[in-house]
Amino acid sequence: MTYSVEIKQLDLAFGAVKVLQGLDLNVSEGEFLVLLGSSGCGKSTLLNCIAGLLEITDGQIFIKGKNVTWAEPSERGIGMVFQSYALYPQMTVKGNLSFGLKNAKIPKNEIEKRVARAAEILQIGPLLDRKPGALSGGQRQRVAIGRALVRDVDVFLFDEPLSNLDAKLRVDLRVELKRLHNQLQNTMIYVTHDQVEAMTLADRIAVMKGGAIMQLGSPDEIYNKPRNLYVADFIGSPSMNFVEGHLEGGLFKVDDMVLPMDGYVFAAPQTADRLATIGIRPEHVVTGELVPNAPLQFNVDVDLVEPMGSDTLVYAKLGQHPFRIRMDGQASVKVGETISIGVDPSRASLFDTATEDRL
Amino acid sequence: MAVTDTGQTEVSTKRPSRLFKNIAAKIAAIPMIFTALVVFVGCTLWTIYHSFTRSRLLPAPDKWVGLDNYERLWSENRWLISIENLAIYGLCSLVLSLTIGFVLAALLDRKIRFENTIRTIILYPFALSFVVTGLAWQWILNPELGLQNTVRNIGWESFTFDPLNNADIVIYGVLIAGIWQGSGFVMVLLLAGMRGIDEDVWKASRVEGIPAWKTYIFIVIPMMRPVFVTALVIISAGIIKVYDLVVAQTSGGPGIASEVPAKYVIEKMFQAQNLGLGFAASTMMLLSVLVVLIPWAYLEFGGKKNG
Amino acid sequence: MVDATVNTQSGPRGPKPKKALSSTNVIIYGTLFVVCMYYLLPLYVMIVTSLKGMPEVRLGNIFGPPVEVTFQPWVKAWSEACTGINCEGLSRGFWNSVWILVPSVIISIAIASVSGYALANWRFKGSEVFFTILIFGAFIPYQVMIYPIVILLRESGEGITSVLKAFNPMLEAMGFEGFKTFRLMGSVSGLVIVHTIFGMPILTLLFRNYFTSVPEELFKAARVDGAGFWGIYFRIMLPMSLPIFVVAMILQVTGIWNDFLFGVIYTKPETYPMTVQLNNIVNSVQGVKEYNVNMAATLLTGLVPLVIYFASGKLFVRGIAAGAVKG
Repeated sequence: MTYSVEIKQLDLAFGAVKVLQGLDLNVSEGEFLVLLGSSGCGKSTLLNCIAGLLEITDGQIFIKGKNVTWAEPSERGIGMVFQSYALYPQMTVKGNLSFGLKNAKIPKNEIEKRVARAAEILQIGPLLDRKPGALSGGQRQRVAIGRALVRDVDVFLFDEPLSNLDAKLRVDLRVELKRLHNQLQNTMIYVTHDQVEAMTLADRIAVMKGGAIMQLGSPDEIYNKPRNLYVADFIGSPSMNFVEGHLEGGLFKVDDMVLPMDGYVFAAPQTADRLATIGIRPEHVVTGELVPNAPLQFNVDVDLVEPMGSDTLVYAKLGQHPFRIRMDGQASVKVGETISIGVDPSRASLFDTATEDRL
Repeated sequence: MAVTDTGQTEVSTKRPSRLFKNIAAKIAAIPMIFTALVVFVGCTLWTIYHSFTRSRLLPAPDKWVGLDNYERLWSENRWLISIENLAIYGLCSLVLSLTIGFVLAALLDRKIRFENTIRTIILYPFALSFVVTGLAWQWILNPELGLQNTVRNIGWESFTFDPLNNADIVIYGVLIAGIWQGSGFVMVLLLAGMRGIDEDVWKASRVEGIPAWKTYIFIVIPMMRPVFVTALVIISAGIIKVYDLVVAQTSGGPGIASEVPAKYVIEKMFQAQNLGLGFAASTMMLLSVLVVLIPWAYLEFGGKKNG
Repeated sequence: MVDATVNTQSGPRGPKPKKALSSTNVIIYGTLFVVCMYYLLPLYVMIVTSLKGMPEVRLGNIFGPPVEVTFQPWVKAWSEACTGINCEGLSRGFWNSVWILVPSVIISIAIASVSGYALANWRFKGSEVFFTILIFGAFIPYQVMIYPIVILLRESGEGITSVLKAFNPMLEAMGFEGFKTFRLMGSVSGLVIVHTIFGMPILTLLFRNYFTSVPEELFKAARVDGAGFWGIYFRIMLPMSLPIFVVAMILQVTGIWNDFLFGVIYTKPETYPMTVQLNNIVNSVQGVKEYNVNMAATLLTGLVPLVIYFASGKLFVRGIAAGAVKG
């Protein structure tokens, strides 16, 4: 089958600095792919390479089966939406929407038709004669999306499109984007550092670090089966608890505790003993009356309590190891108290301490 | 990895030629490249080369004479006076324009009223031609009818201020005009630098009870170091170019008492028909610019790259 | 002590926040008042002198206002003042300067803005090197480059002439007049080229810094929209950078109008710009010195930059400060 976007062995170097290295990525038709990572991980750079705004050093890029590695951005069949909206300030909204079409020498009536359609989809009809300066942030971003929409392209590229909006608007537009994708069924590649955006929007997430893809998978896989320590640590808020120990014959040993890993699905059969790290998400820890049903049970000393309304974050110590627990918002826990907690090994993650890969 | 031809495409799978990439930008930059390479680098090297030749009325690239021109230059009284004048003018105008500029900037920075009006008044001479400035001050300093005479008429009979007639102090007459024209610019530069300083610095010093003058000397001035350096470089470059002011105000006189290197060069090249000497003198001017420029460039750009 | 100085103060009264008459303020405003007087003095002296008749000038009080105001010196300076044997007044220099100014300003800004745009948005291998040379070139004394440029202008003038004259047999055969000798050296077009060249560093820096400050995403969006080098320049960048063009214009108009050196070197007496002609009028050794006419002529020459300066206000400051901003 042909992929919508296909990237083969992509290298990008600025002088001696290698920004992207041997990167492979396939995006299916109609897929919503999110490139997720902290700043400097190369996610925006990769998007710019796909758009043709950065000239790559080596490798190939195909869009709809067509080799576009050296094609101009406008010839690639992509539309792009930027963080700062990047609307042309001296043109009206209509001028902004039609600028690309005029450059492509599209007939006037066709331009009118497409602008009208985009305006209808995005509900920006009344704004068509205004200049960007007279629009709110949300309206501007809608126009920016419209500018990609009118071009009737195969692939939409989003470069942190919601980062400049305030929190509430961000949630609104996120929902709208998801609706838009359901409606248009275009391929969308979306760059963000916000994991909530990634989890909610994506069909698949590519977690990036240092110019390489750490893990590519559905939000569920990324969250539940992080492939390595980095992904495990990066995804989830508050982040995962890690405790270093030994894995010996299917048993995880830390300090003087021995934890049977019953129910844990290993990526490969474990033969040798090794140094390992167990990762347990704070929200996967059970407390109170649920503890007796949990396969593993511990006592922890409470260090600090952060009530957050919807839930309560407890900073505790398991032996000498710091351990975060996410409890119900109504939980009454006091500093200095010792509470018992329960953990299910099947929901935990095990990593090789040396290679940091999932076991 | 090797580029494989997938056969799926009409677009070239080969990397386009480096030369033709951005071709429009390269064509558009041709005038700039021409200016940089042919005029700035090419002409400078041409002049330096010809300063070692016996060029008289016409350039004579084949008559190599080594350092002859430089020896003659440095034994010529007119050149020595030019250099001396430039040194006096340069030093005084650096110190004075930086001091005056800073004091004025500090005064204007004290949240005063009419700031714009005052700044407009102080800066307007900078908009004028050196010729206009020179002629205006030539008239004011006119010994028979100007300032000196006016003061004497009031009743101070012994008042003497005739720089334009007095070979010993004529360069200070030029200096007055130069400062009048240039100090407003220095003020604007330094004021911009001062405005760039975080207001919290002033709050902090007030909380600690440091008097304003101390804050200026020990906190503000050190923080403005980059602006001072920039101002210094710009003023210095301007000083070495001083030409029109002298031509208009004194024509180099009385005698040759207010000659400057820039004027010397033009006269050797276009009137005295001694190109070789003119080239040697202009090369010396270039050298003096480099003395200022190289340390500055090193501090400004060299340090960062290594750091 | 405060009371004694209040009345002579030009400082503010009225609803100024607290302590408007504190001794610090008195000193500050007093100093600034004296300073302003110093800066205004030459302008004042020029104006009053230019409005006096010669007998009154000879009385020797340069600060005294004219007893009898006369505009005769202005008329004479404009249309009768002599340089050597030529007595057409400054008007010729004025028009020469205008003819030099208009093409120089337009061409230098057009070229520098495109160069600045290329440097900011379309960097290519070596573009930064050329730019660095350009900026350092701004510090090279003109005297170093002036003579080789004479040769360059003369030679290219001859080159253009020989190319043009190659068409002459054809043109003459068709009944047209052939091309005449084309000169760059000693002509207005040569001076225009020189002004374009030496205006390049500061203007390119100005435009490059401005275009660099335009968000890069705007440029990227335009490329995705299919606009090329010129499309983005004319359709996106130009319309949103009118203020910086005005700044560049102010910078160039004052700079070129005030030029003396290039005017002397690269033009002939018939095409001397106003500054050169002014100097020749005032410093001519022949005849009786007419100080009132001289001052009128000086003011006339200074009028164009002064009008621009007072009309442009902060934009002028922005222009001259551009040279101080690091690239």
